[in-house]
Amino acid sequence: MAEETKVSAAKAPQLADPMEASIDIATQEMIRRAHKLNIETVFDRAVTMKPCAIGMQGICCKNCAMGPCRLPLPKGGVEGEDTRKGLCGATPNTIAARNWVRMIAGGAAAHSDHGRGVAETFLSVARKESKDYTIKDPAKLIQIAPYFDVATTVEVDGKKMDRDLYEIALGVAEAAIKEWGKPEGSLAYVKRAPQALQDKWKKQGVIPRAIDREIVEIMHRTHMGVDQDYKNLMKQGARASIADGWGGSMIGTDLQDVMFGSPTPLQAEANLGVMKADHVNIIVHGHEPLLSEMIVAAAQSQEMIAYAKELGAKGIQLSGICCTANELLQRHGIPPAGTFLQQELAIITGACDAMVVDVQCIFQNLANVAKCFHTKLITTHPIAKMEQENVIHIEFDEHYAMQDALRIVKMAIENFKNRGAEVMIPQHKTTQIAGFGVESIQYHLGGTFRGSYYTLNDNIINGRIRGVAGVVGCNNARTKHNEEHITIIKELIKNDVLVLVTGCTGIAAGMHGLLSPGAAAVHCGPGLAEVCETVGIPPVLHLGSCVDNSRILLAATEMVKAGGLGKDLCDLPAAGSAPEWMSEKAISIGQYFVTSGVYTVFGYSLPIEGAPVFKDYLYKGMEGMYGGMWDCEADPVKHAHKMIAHIDKKRKELGIDKARDRVLMDMADRQKLEAEA
Amino acid sequence: MSRLVAFAAIQGGYKVVSQVEGELEKALQTYNADTKIGFPNTAYYLPVIYSLTGMKCETLEDLKKPMAFARGLLPPHIKGANHLPYLGPLLDAGMAGIFAYEIKEALRILREPDFYMLGEDPDVEGGKIWVGPADDTILRKRGVEFVDGSAPGFAAIVGAAPDAATAKMIVEDYQKKSLYIFCAANHNGKTVIEQCLEAGMQVGWKTRIVPFGPDISSAVFALGFANRAAMAFGGVEPGDYRKMLMYNKNRIFAFVNALGDVGTEWAVAAAGCVNWGFPTLADTDIPEILPTGICTYEHVVANVPHNEICQKSVEVRGLKINITEIDIPCAFGPAFEGERVRGGDLYCQMGGGKTQCTELVNMAEMSQIEDGKVIVNGPDIGDLKEGDTLPLGIFVQIAGREFQTDFEPILERQIHHLINYIQGIMHIGQRDISWVRVSKAAIEKGFTLKDIGVVLHAKFHQDFKKIVDKVQVTLYTKKEDVDKLTARARAEYKVRDERVDKMTDEDVDTFYSCTLCQSFAPSHVCTVSPERTGLCGAYNWMDCKASFEINPTGPNQPVLKGKVLDPLLGRFEGVDEFVKKASKGAVETYNFYSMVHAPMTTCGCCECIAAMLPSCNGVMTVGRDYSGETPSGMKFTTLAGVMGGGASSPGFVGHSKFNITQKKFILGDGGLLRMVWMPKVVKDELYDKLNARGKEMGVENFADMIADETVGITEEEIMPFLQEKGHPALSMDPIIG
Repeated sequence: MAEETKVSAAKAPQLADPMEASIDIATQEMIRRAHKLNIETVFDRAVTMKPCAIGMQGICCKNCAMGPCRLPLPKGGVEGEDTRKGLCGATPNTIAARNWVRMIAGGAAAHSDHGRGVAETFLSVARKESKDYTIKDPAKLIQIAPYFDVATTVEVDGKKMDRDLYEIALGVAEAAIKEWGKPEGSLAYVKRAPQALQDKWKKQGVIPRAIDREIVEIMHRTHMGVDQDYKNLMKQGARASIADGWGGSMIGTDLQDVMFGSPTPLQAEANLGVMKADHVNIIVHGHEPLLSEMIVAAAQSQEMIAYAKELGAKGIQLSGICCTANELLQRHGIPPAGTFLQQELAIITGACDAMVVDVQCIFQNLANVAKCFHTKLITTHPIAKMEQENVIHIEFDEHYAMQDALRIVKMAIENFKNRGAEVMIPQHKTTQIAGFGVESIQYHLGGTFRGSYYTLNDNIINGRIRGVAGVVGCNNARTKHNEEHITIIKELIKNDVLVLVTGCTGIAAGMHGLLSPGAAAVHCGPGLAEVCETVGIPPVLHLGSCVDNSRILLAATEMVKAGGLGKDLCDLPAAGSAPEWMSEKAISIGQYFVTSGVYTVFGYSLPIEGAPVFKDYLYKGMEGMYGGMWDCEADPVKHAHKMIAHIDKKRKELGIDKARDRVLMDMADRQKLEAEA
Repeated sequence: MSRLVAFAAIQGGYKVVSQVEGELEKALQTYNADTKIGFPNTAYYLPVIYSLTGMKCETLEDLKKPMAFARGLLPPHIKGANHLPYLGPLLDAGMAGIFAYEIKEALRILREPDFYMLGEDPDVEGGKIWVGPADDTILRKRGVEFVDGSAPGFAAIVGAAPDAATAKMIVEDYQKKSLYIFCAANHNGKTVIEQCLEAGMQVGWKTRIVPFGPDISSAVFALGFANRAAMAFGGVEPGDYRKMLMYNKNRIFAFVNALGDVGTEWAVAAAGCVNWGFPTLADTDIPEILPTGICTYEHVVANVPHNEICQKSVEVRGLKINITEIDIPCAFGPAFEGERVRGGDLYCQMGGGKTQCTELVNMAEMSQIEDGKVIVNGPDIGDLKEGDTLPLGIFVQIAGREFQTDFEPILERQIHHLINYIQGIMHIGQRDISWVRVSKAAIEKGFTLKDIGVVLHAKFHQDFKKIVDKVQVTLYTKKEDVDKLTARARAEYKVRDERVDKMTDEDVDTFYSCTLCQSFAPSHVCTVSPERTGLCGAYNWMDCKASFEINPTGPNQPVLKGKVLDPLLGRFEGVDEFVKKASKGAVETYNFYSMVHAPMTTCGCCECIAAMLPSCNGVMTVGRDYSGETPSGMKFTTLAGVMGGGASSPGFVGHSKFNITQKKFILGDGGLLRMVWMPKVVKDELYDKLNARGKEMGVENFADMIADETVGITEEEIMPFLQEKGHPALSMDPIIG
């Protein structure tokens, strides 16, 4: 009996300390409320269950039934020859590399399948089969058409005329869809990269063929007894990552822009406080905007607002979690209610009348939390269902998009009356400016007539801006919610580094006031603050969801094209970071940044510690091949300074590490200037 | 605090656009929609709108489109602490304001056609001190200076200084720096131009102090001028707004000085100028925009003291101005070239019919002269009283290892503008018909004749250092010495003229390319031969040769004539090879002596353009000073617009005035005898030469057979005149074979 008590005591769930779990007050309040209501959240589970130490090191192989083989690093490291091997003889390098590239495959698959869904919807738009979607940004369609070898003009009687938009759309859609499975040729969008980078990829033999193929090939190569050379495995990892960043993700982003409009800066709010007690609260969560775009339209329709009022609410408040939130934020100013780690908390407010989820990053525990309230948890995607019985599945079909959306909104409205008395919405929200994109940044750097990334480059060259950092990624319950994001970003902007954010980092930055123009004067070094003041921007620019990391690649490419900062992405004084990463998508993103020439630092820990040689290959070997390399640093201040050191190294290589003299030009100088322009 | 600037400029944008919309609406109610509008004598419509959008505004109705475009550019107002980015919107609002201002000015000219003086000089006595938009004649004369660098840029001054003395100090400083000073707008009703006049300065294009207009909207003329220069000489296509603005940023080094309180209407104009890369420097405490990007350096700098504003402006714009300090008591520079010494200002004079005044440059042995020595032989200014005259002989001796007698006339021609560069001194004429007028102001500063020698010595060394080692100047003021010099000079002129006149294309085996004006028509390169002087009228073969000797890697490069492929049309193997290379294959060949068959290409700065008149079986030509209609159906400026792109356009060719009476002039098409029409002013100028050349070709009194605008401006109108006069062209072979 005594023994039994001991066992159950060991298993008794522990409760998270709210102050240790998050730096966000709204989150802390909701964790306390969860404890009060006896509802378990991810924060509690994180203190109850420790991560697997072997898995953490990346050297557990379960790819065949002779294993799982575990090859932990001896305490104190490997002395002399590393003799560790699995039953088949797989070395720690092989095992860690196989696990690593399988993470890339998982991440690339997630982004690219999302992209495929977008492309399929776009095809139905081009065929005029989906009446609820249109082409909202024809300029973008015309801009991308040439990459798919689709003509944008036609010749009529010897005269060049604009081609019918839907003809162009059909051409683009059909060509885009083939990118996933075309039997020959190579990825169309590779042409968008700077020539120097394309040359590198060609030399390394990593130009992707078709998107699906690269993922499938990873699964093949990592099967028992196939590719057992970590360098060769990484070659495929690099190739698949390009297929994600410059393929599936980029096509997804572009076609979403074409259908739903390219983002332009707008004002919005962030955090759980955006929910309204007297409104019907609908929260969309996941990653694909296909359905949620329609939910926006439905929730804003007079018909639905009237219906909500009829049933006792003052209106409908739509908000989001994760990247579905970011998609709607960027294009419509719909506020994010929270990051990845706040998804359960949104329901715990008691005010969430419906949570509509699509794909990726959705806790299965949402169903358990929803059970404690009136909240309808609605899955919508055929590939993402939940086993719990209280989950409602309304499968979304793009051909009947509006009909599906109305049904869901109605369900939420009708659920409003079922709320219990226990509504508690934390009164914390922050105003932010979001909605940046490659095109809108260009516009805001000089207007209709002079808009150009050169304005940014010029201020990098003159040293007002030290460099540019992309800080992206998830939250991870193994780190303090948002702390790493915010500490790193603040450290970067304090040192005059302009920060671009996507994904949950973007939401975190918004919640903590860093996406406000006022943040520049408070947190930035003098140079960056001055530039922010001149352009009227926050020091941290929100570029969207995690598929939108492709926007960072293209913005960086525009910087290279604008001149003065080298010929390739790896020449730029820039670095990447994913401070609180947790998903396979983050590894794929990290890899495509590294493969594109960016020094990329992850926070927390990377699952390669058990294979020092492989780790060394990622941290050092990659630089010689692609110009970019991996790194990992859990301490956020050190993390930021590693990035700054890299930026300074690049500034030195470009010869812009010293103060620039004012050059006065005579006519001969000016004529030269023109020749260069 | 850029936010305040953005706020003010966007407010200003709304204000100006709304106001001009009202004016346009009213005009549309007052006049017919098809009423012609526009700036006088320009082929560039409303130039800012045309150059940036490609919209051609010719009628009142046409103004609606750019007006709507301006309205569409207006961004949302800046609101609250969490505002949207505003740099792009600020620049767009500025552009909307500029477009509106240009429409406003077009409406003013429609309503008050006499508001502006419309010419190079204002009529100060008549009270019309505003010249308004420069026409294309001024553009072609002055605009090229911005492109070739002889004018480093312009200072657009809006408002007024606290007093006339300060205004004079600032403006004169810019004049010394050779900048143009474009003035517009008033501060509490006072303008810099009025202050300059008050301070006794001469204003107008000639002194580079351009009185555009009394309102901020008139500042748009400065931008229109810059953009027209870019189109005419820079090869920028209308509508290619990015290239247009970048061209201005990189080539036209201009900036704005805001003197006085900056309100929203000024702010929107300043914001507009930033699109061009033109920064604003203000003497008041306005919010600054210091980071770089759109402009080369700072965008808005405030609180600049008046005594530093010129230096600071030049620095902010990133402009290097090379001024050689010349040790004379008067200011010196091209800005003073056009300044006149009028009767009331005159202290004394030399030449001009009152006395003899002669100039001669001669080559000397190295040992024969002493560098820098200036001898005044006879009485000097100090010996004169007001109203006196003096004979003058300016004798310059030059020695140099590389110097040749061929260079003598080239250096001699410089004397005219170099003396004119001295503030308060006016020089007219050349050779033995020179005329030097000295103003009271110059005397007050302590000018003496020696200063002429000092200037010539310094500038000849500076501009011709490759060929000039020693310069000695003697100024004779005793009648007998001047007469002696004059006799010697006349003999030399005769020899020189004969040498040049007799020189033929057959005599030389080398022609010269010329890219001196840096005029950028993509496939155009001038080739200059002895009998086909440069089409700009400024450079002949000898000049090109000298220029090459002076600067072997410079704008004039030798082109070996090579095999003569067609002696009649003037086609040469060496030239073809050169042209093909220089035009990157766009032009395969051209003929020197034909305008019908593959004529030479033409750039924007040609002096005259000849056009075929098929019904008359002849040709016409029109000079750039003539702004009227011609029988070709096009004005000069339209022709230049059509031709200036560097294409070889059969039926048209650009040429110099001098070339008309050269022997090879369109000889392949029948020569000068084809000439059936030219403006009266050109005909009068060339009258004797036309008759002489006509006579050589067998026709007496040829000049009188050529029709001009007093006869008619269509082929039908001039035909009876030609028939009556028995013009030889009518009986020649058909011009189109």
